[in-house]
Amino acid sequence: MFDWRWDFTFQILPRLLWATVNTLLAAGIGYAIALVLGLVLALAQRTKVKPLTFVVREFVEFIRSTPLVLQIFFVFYVGPQFGIRLSPWTSGMIAIGLHYAAYLSEVYRAGIDAIPKGQWEACRALNLSMGRTYWRIVIPQALPASLPGMGNYLVGIFKDTPMLSVIGVAELMHTANALGSETYRFLEPYTLVGVIFLAISLPTAAGLRVFEAWVRRRLGMTR
Amino acid sequence: MSYTDFLAVHGGRLLSGAVITAEQTILAAILAVTIALIMGLMRLAPNLVIRGIATVYIELFRGTSLLVQLYWIFFVLPLFGVSFEKFTAGFVAVGMNLGAYGAEVVRGAIQSVPRGQYEASIALSMSPADRMRRIILPQAILIMLPPWGNLMIELLKGTALVALISVADLMFQARQINGTTFLSIEAFGSALVIYYIMARLIITPSMRRFELFMTRKMGRA
Repeated sequence: MFDWRWDFTFQILPRLLWATVNTLLAAGIGYAIALVLGLVLALAQRTKVKPLTFVVREFVEFIRSTPLVLQIFFVFYVGPQFGIRLSPWTSGMIAIGLHYAAYLSEVYRAGIDAIPKGQWEACRALNLSMGRTYWRIVIPQALPASLPGMGNYLVGIFKDTPMLSVIGVAELMHTANALGSETYRFLEPYTLVGVIFLAISLPTAAGLRVFEAWVRRRLGMTR
Repeated sequence: MSYTDFLAVHGGRLLSGAVITAEQTILAAILAVTIALIMGLMRLAPNLVIRGIATVYIELFRGTSLLVQLYWIFFVLPLFGVSFEKFTAGFVAVGMNLGAYGAEVVRGAIQSVPRGQYEASIALSMSPADRMRRIILPQAILIMLPPWGNLMIELLKGTALVALISVADLMFQARQINGTTFLSIEAFGSALVIYYIMARLIITPSMRRFELFMTRKMGRA
């Protein structure tokens, strides 16, 4: 019953650690997509074009209230129906990037909405272009408020990467499944996956807190 | 095959899947709320050991993925002599995971009840249990309801993972239909829409209504 085997543990550990690289890669690429696309989704909701605002709003709500696994399957299987074949990696990155873009757009939106109206009026009065208003005035002030949310979703995307295993992306969970079915031992692979996740997500979360405090200090926002 | 034909043939399966998803959601929600209250209160206990247990639980479940926890509960726990049926393993994993997130919400809400309320109930010489039950918790519930609305949607989404241990929920049925017919847009698309309806037209409005009800009950409407 309680037969943890250390020799087996050390035998499978290298493979799991290699798979961890893929997991981190998937999280990194997915997050990069989400950061950019999220900004696009957030800014699209601030335009004066009512139909566009409406469609983007509903799209974000739809993505946020449906399961990520299902979205991953959707992207992976729907392409071939139209003759577009996407690799597991490509469709996984599209799905997870889009999912978190929807979440991040909400973070950005809240950050931008928190900018006092006077700041916009002052930019208007100084005849700043829209681009400069955002780049020099709005975003630098919205960023510190958005950082905690952005940090949470960075850890969140990392913890959601195991879902990519369902379409065969060779990340941590997928490797653990493979090891389990090769050796009929599930105790060590699944436990190690849990330990690796803890070992990465807890320090990352702590590091992000320190980073937030540093940014606030650098921008002269005490507290 | 038109979409109406698709629904005529496979609609029943999608519906039976949706029922399982609803059951999983409700059972997991009950478990999550219970765990969240217990762990949230334990996290504020003066006793170091009790506080430690709650902290370990919360960090353990928030630091790893729901999918890892689900597989661990379903495949590894039986090795320790604790085996669940897949249906039970499904909602237990989802409930325990969301319970950890909920515990932080409960803790935050209790801590944001104004300090004067504590001091007043001490001044009135209420016992700690009375103080929590009659003064602090009712006010904390009002504060914690909006974040719970979001958590409930996360919970609904989380139940989709139980399909991976072959609980025949909505996600599972969509995969089965896709596997036999290759009508991916219809199968996965319909499932997505059903999840969306459950989240936006059932969970969100009923949480809103519950919030209103509680606000009125507290006399703050």
